Amino acid sequence: MLTFVIQSLVNGILIGGVYSLIAIGLTLIFGVMNIINFAHGALMMLGVFFTYWLFTLGHVDPYLSILFVVPSMFLVGAVFQWSLIRPIMNAPEHNQLFLTLGAMLFLQNLAVFLWSPDYRIMKTPYSGVNFYVGEIALSLAHLMAFGMAILFAAILYLILHKTDLGRAIRAASEERTGAMLMGVNIKRIYWVAFGMGTACAGVAGTAITPFFPIYPYVGDIFVLTAYVVVVLGGLGSVFGAFLGGIIIGVADSVGAMLLPGSMKSIMSFVIFILILLFRPKGLFGK
Amino acid sequence: MMASHSHLRRGFTGTGWFVILVVLAGLHFMPWVMPEHVHIMIMTLLFAAMGQGWNILGGYVGQFSFGHSVFFGMGAYTSTLLYIHAGLTPWVGMVCACAMGMVLGLSIGFLSFRYGLRGPFFALIMLAFAEIFHMIAMGWPAVGASHGLLIPLKGNSVAALQFTTKEPFYFMALWMMVGTLYLAWRLERTRTGLYFLAVREDHEAAEALGVNTFRAQMVAMALSAGITSTAGTLYAQYLLYIDPDSTFGLLNSVEIMVRPIIGGPGTVLGPLLGSAVLTPLAEVTRLAFQSYSGVYLMWYGLILMVVIIFLPNGLMGLIYQLIEKIRKKSKRNDE
Repeated sequence: MLTFVIQSLVNGILIGGVYSLIAIGLTLIFGVMNIINFAHGALMMLGVFFTYWLFTLGHVDPYLSILFVVPSMFLVGAVFQWSLIRPIMNAPEHNQLFLTLGAMLFLQNLAVFLWSPDYRIMKTPYSGVNFYVGEIALSLAHLMAFGMAILFAAILYLILHKTDLGRAIRAASEERTGAMLMGVNIKRIYWVAFGMGTACAGVAGTAITPFFPIYPYVGDIFVLTAYVVVVLGGLGSVFGAFLGGIIIGVADSVGAMLLPGSMKSIMSFVIFILILLFRPKGLFGK
Repeated sequence: MMASHSHLRRGFTGTGWFVILVVLAGLHFMPWVMPEHVHIMIMTLLFAAMGQGWNILGGYVGQFSFGHSVFFGMGAYTSTLLYIHAGLTPWVGMVCACAMGMVLGLSIGFLSFRYGLRGPFFALIMLAFAEIFHMIAMGWPAVGASHGLLIPLKGNSVAALQFTTKEPFYFMALWMMVGTLYLAWRLERTRTGLYFLAVREDHEAAEALGVNTFRAQMVAMALSAGITSTAGTLYAQYLLYIDPDSTFGLLNSVEIMVRPIIGGPGTVLGPLLGSAVLTPLAEVTRLAFQSYSGVYLMWYGLILMVVIIFLPNGLMGLIYQLIEKIRKKSKRNDE
């Protein structure tokens, strides 16, 4: 019994890392632009399919495909912001929400149109490899996903805190007008931040390919959880998103122990509602 | 949100009412004018009615729900379960469905509005409630779990609200749409309706001026939820089958909200116009690309993006602009 509990906690923490990375992308975009990006899951799905096609057609190692996924997803995000969000930056908030909803519908179903809604499995050398610590099994693919999440969260942290660009982004998210007065090119910050957030979603997409079915709506599950994570951690807080991801990962796996399979995420949604009601700033929000 | 259209706030003249009655009477003959499109027309009217339900909360009060499927599902499941287990006629079931929807809406509303949730936060909490109900419906065998529920066939039976022909459902959907249309039109002319707009335009200012914003939002929520769950019953009786995905699913929330958004949120005719454009388009593309199930949603996404970027007040906004232009022109000609 104890083994079972520890096992699901470990699984929860590992998948929580993936939630964290998606949520960091979401929260970065929210922090800078005040937009909850409903298309985030669809963009993550693009990352999944980029990796899938590189692997299937080009036999590129899924972890190596990061080198392609990161710049191309950055570009997708930047173009997305520039062409669709920029024209309505001054429109009422809800119109931006609806726009990203439209983008989500379009991208997901374009994927259905192009690649069919079928589930695909990527048979990589990493899938199904397990390490054992005592009786606890650690799946290599999950470990790699967690490692990638940590790595990219760390890279993002360094960019945000150690470079001028990062300082400008943080300044813009804290005080838009003030940052502009200090000479920050806010329009550039917008597309850069959107690109970086999208790249996070893309990397998370790549990370799950060895152990998760690949289909056009794959982003839905992860991004719904990512909303929970982002709100829990405090909208706009990168650190909060990271910790929130782990917490929700664990909450989900506890839920899976106590509730039937299709209900396992109820736990995290209940947390979500409670946080929205009682602490909308999140646990780590300012 | 809408440009000023105070000239439309006035009541209709005698001729206006006459024209409306003629159009209404004419609509009753549509199933015989286009017999092969009755299904599309039913769906158009049903989603126009639900769109109006969403519109009362989203368009007039400015609280955008991303989880209206929770009310739809509540309605569909309430009447169906009451019929299957207690043999209660869906006519009464529909009233129960409406009541359950309202209770649910008021409960969610009480929590959300008490704590001042607005904008994206309200959108997300509705999404969360819909997902929770979706998961419960998926996992609970007593309500059919993921297999859903089949309503026992009774053939042509008025008591069981089942008909072998589509026309009766057409009439019900039509009356329901007309009812919601009238409700929204009346609302625009009441004090409550004005409170709704005040809440939408400036929450704090409305509060400062003594508007009970909590109460206004609760009233809108109850109306909105009641309409949507009643439509849920009608949908269940029409298809005689419900499952968690088609009722509580995220996609159904999108289906309900996308029509008023495209038609023009906060306008009386917006939801109907949006539905009249989108529903036939969806059905036709679905038939044309049968093997590609998602193509119609691609259209939704594309149209939604185009409308948001170029017509921020929806199709109704465009129509008002055209009317204004024609007015100005005729005025100039008069002078």
